[in-house]
Amino acid sequence: MNFEFSDDQKQLRDQARRFLAEKCPPKAVRAVLEGSAGYDKALWSGLAEMGFLGVAIPEEFGGTGAGHLELCVIAEEMGRALAPVPFSSTVYLAAEALMLAGSDAQKQKWLPKIASGEAIGTLALFEGPGNPSPQAIKVAAANGVLNGVKKPVADGAIADFAIIAARVGAGGRETDIALYLVDLKAGGIEAKTLTNLDPSRNQAELTFKDCKAELLGAANEGWSILSRVLDRAGVLMAFEQVGGADRALEMGRDYALDRIAFGRQIGSFQAIKHILADMYVAATLARSNCYYGAWALSTNAGELPEAAATARISATQAFQHCSKQNIQVHGGMGFTWEFDCHLYYRRSNALALSLGSLSYWEDQLIERMRKKNAA
Amino acid sequence: MNFDDTPQEAAFRAEARAWIAANAPRQYEDELEKSSLGRLVLTGANVLEVAKAWQKKKADAGWACLHWPKEYGGRGSSPIERVIWQQEEGAFGKLSRMFIIGHGMCGPTMMAYASEEHKRTYLPPLASGEKVWCQLFSEPAGGSDVAGLRTRAERDGDDWVINGQKIWTSGAHYSDYGILITRTDPTVPKHKGLTMFFLDMKSPGVEIKPIKQANGQSEFNEVYFSNVRIPDSQRLGAVGDGWNVSLTTLMNERMSIGASVATGFPELFDYCNDLVIDGAPAIDDRAVRAKLANWAVKASGLKYTAFRSISALSRGERPGPENSIGKLVAGSMIQEVATYALDLQGAAGVVSDPAQAEVAGKFQAMLLRSPATRVEGGTDEILRNIIAERVLGLPGDIRVDKDVPFNKIPTKGRG
Repeated sequence: MNFEFSDDQKQLRDQARRFLAEKCPPKAVRAVLEGSAGYDKALWSGLAEMGFLGVAIPEEFGGTGAGHLELCVIAEEMGRALAPVPFSSTVYLAAEALMLAGSDAQKQKWLPKIASGEAIGTLALFEGPGNPSPQAIKVAAANGVLNGVKKPVADGAIADFAIIAARVGAGGRETDIALYLVDLKAGGIEAKTLTNLDPSRNQAELTFKDCKAELLGAANEGWSILSRVLDRAGVLMAFEQVGGADRALEMGRDYALDRIAFGRQIGSFQAIKHILADMYVAATLARSNCYYGAWALSTNAGELPEAAATARISATQAFQHCSKQNIQVHGGMGFTWEFDCHLYYRRSNALALSLGSLSYWEDQLIERMRKKNAA
Repeated sequence: MNFDDTPQEAAFRAEARAWIAANAPRQYEDELEKSSLGRLVLTGANVLEVAKAWQKKKADAGWACLHWPKEYGGRGSSPIERVIWQQEEGAFGKLSRMFIIGHGMCGPTMMAYASEEHKRTYLPPLASGEKVWCQLFSEPAGGSDVAGLRTRAERDGDDWVINGQKIWTSGAHYSDYGILITRTDPTVPKHKGLTMFFLDMKSPGVEIKPIKQANGQSEFNEVYFSNVRIPDSQRLGAVGDGWNVSLTTLMNERMSIGASVATGFPELFDYCNDLVIDGAPAIDDRAVRAKLANWAVKASGLKYTAFRSISALSRGERPGPENSIGKLVAGSMIQEVATYALDLQGAAGVVSDPAQAEVAGKFQAMLLRSPATRVEGGTDEILRNIIAERVLGLPGDIRVDKDVPFNKIPTKGRG
């Protein structure tokens, strides 16, 4: 058994960590949080130069072709650094959808631009409150044009192209949903930035008015492609969440060592130790589940749907728990704008809601386990 | 990243699997599979006898205490081979429960501190299950604070004379030998005045009283010592060095990985598949699903955490600290799982008679046994302290009794 990343993959993680420590300190996250750029353009270019954006994209489409395990270790570092860039939208969602279902021409057009940092992509799925469901899709596609409103769309206002889930039939069945690819710079789209929990990442409302769109994959297979994309993105997002959870735990631990109260380090009080021990437990369970997801993702195992839901739930819980308890360990200082605790708290809660929230993945996991059990 | 065996591991697994298929007591397999926390019944058989027979059979064929050297009754296997064996032994491994303390703690302590002659005499029958060992550490005044123990050992010629009381001794009532930690000097601070021995549990002056537990069963005992004589040759480690000897014992236990910790989740998942509520399977209910999912990812997290440690062993490395979370997570989880399984049964959940209750009273037995899992072998609180101090590097507790002679430490709270 070798249930561990290889030495090369660990070196890549170290390389990513060093790069992000230099190019993405908390100051850079705050610049996006408090500014209006929507993302850190210099960091995005830097990630492209390092080859990180195309790590899972084959060489023939401009990537490095390293693979998904390599992408997992980079995702973890992106989460750790709270990188204020459209990495998850572009790499976990848009690129994965293109690689799964895109025509050769679509892949040739967009994948090299993703790898080089020239194009930001995203997935437009949600239409107001609710979790992924074919019934919830109201944006309509007819004769190659789209009409309707998507919100929230992660990185929607800064993206160059989007993959859109639209209805082609009226039944609300899975087969009534198709995926479309839209060049967002081509007109017919209005993008409006939405004030959101975590302004270090863009969230937008996209309105489509007779917007020209091309099909991505077969018209009746949209939902099935989408489900596979969400599973793949679920694993990658889980790594990002585990990276954030680990960093929040370290911040709490460091503060408990530095802060003196009642004449002693607060980390010597059991009340504080037990909070931190429980954070470690949550982060460790999530990491192990993520490794299971990474294995399933990288081998295209039949277990991927179950492994992805497991990793996603566990990592969501861990990041939310660690970011919340990190503030508690910090006490009042944790609630200041000046301390970085709230950056992790914001990001953990925003990521928890992306790709479908916790209750959606819980339901999916048990449904998948039930089906496997019945088979 | 893969779950594959190396060629050597695969060969070892095939050999183990073939031997188990040909030799395991298959007639008990079903009951062993179905047994869960607080309930292990083998129809028409005495569990201890079945367990001893299986252990002896394994030992005769060289499959007992795999990681021990051959001359002491083991196989000289690598840590990863031990894990593979445990995976292959499966439900039959539940028969090893009564040997866990002897094999996991007493044996390694003997190996580290006993004379060569004693090792060759005592270890092989311990490995084969012919002799059962217990560990005499906890006392009424020394539970989480083990070093607060009061059982005295006083030198008398070539012997030591033991007086005092131990408690929570698993399996003392069927044990042949035990390792015993005592206080030999009460005038020095508490960690410094301790000494370790091993003794014959049939020695004159040893009295064993089973404890009737809160769940009605008796796995643990009180052990009383009245002028029990132990030869100095049965001392383990130096006089006054008992605390360090006991740490060796505990460290060894932490190296044992792969014995899966019970969470109750597989039992609950199966139950929710079968149970019908208001005409539909319980598992189709969204509220039930949310609960199940929460426990599913914990059970999965423990499984893959163990896999990470096993991978380290497979590479010949020492596992990281991640495995320290196992009992902490599983202990409270199994209690919650049992509580929820009974909640699903409504008022009928109160019935615990195996002949009448749902799934033969499995969850009722689990509920009543589960409080002990959060206490035995380190309470949840002690485990959190260990994680905080040894893994996260937080400062140790401020100990008011650290530099005080043991006999000057207060012994009463109020009054």
